[in-house]
Amino acid sequence: MNQARRTFLKGTAVAVAMLSGVLKVGKAFALEWNSAAFTAKKLDEALKSSGYEGAAASDDILIKVPEIAENGALVPVEATSNIPGTTSIAIFSDKNPNPMIAEFNFMNGAEPFISVRIKMAETAPVRIMVKANGKVYTNSRDVKVTAGGCGG
Amino acid sequence: MAMRMRATMDGDVATVKVLMQHDMETGLRKDKDTGKFIPAHFINLVTATLNGTPVLEAQWGVGVAKNPFFEFRVKGAKAGDKIAVHAVDNLDAHYDGEVEIAAAA
Repeated sequence: MNQARRTFLKGTAVAVAMLSGVLKVGKAFALEWNSAAFTAKKLDEALKSSGYEGAAASDDILIKVPEIAENGALVPVEATSNIPGTTSIAIFSDKNPNPMIAEFNFMNGAEPFISVRIKMAETAPVRIMVKANGKVYTNSRDVKVTAGGCGG
Repeated sequence: MAMRMRATMDGDVATVKVLMQHDMETGLRKDKDTGKFIPAHFINLVTATLNGTPVLEAQWGVGVAKNPFFEFRVKGAKAGDKIAVHAVDNLDAHYDGEVEIAAAA
């Protein structure tokens, strides 16, 4: 596992170059994929590029994750924001090679809730970020990963 | 690629579950035989509509699990309404699914 993970970390730079090379955005989407945020290798950079830096801690963000994930390739994450005016929920895993995992924007009656399965490279906090009324909020839960889910 | 969807009313909220078949290759894995990296191939944009009106827009990175599953909730929907999901991956393949919302179980 450790050997696999070293190989995997070394590959990150190559992968980032490949990603930026092949990226295309579907014409049907108003939304543009935030390449800078999703390919960032450090949590701070990813948060900055996605507009979530300087978030205030909030217990009004509810997170459901397993305490222990035996398989890092499949970690269920459920997040609910009770912060009024929530428009977006984003998921980060602090120690993934690319910490930003997903961002969901809600509109026209969609509730500020999301459930999704993610990959986790190693034991880390799962960080939920919320945008509401032009402000950003955060909460996190630690997940212990016994077998990482990103490498080969 | 198959996309399986289920939508069910619970009060005035529709719960929508979506399961897509996709490798979600990170680009960080090596092929054990050739020693070369397997190119990244992952869904990166997803939208959902209720009777044609956007309700959810998502951006994904390589950290979403293989064969992505996600669930979301839409208030104000009713049984018989249509939920459609459209996804595109980094190689510009497009995927579509649609389901009629079922009455509360």
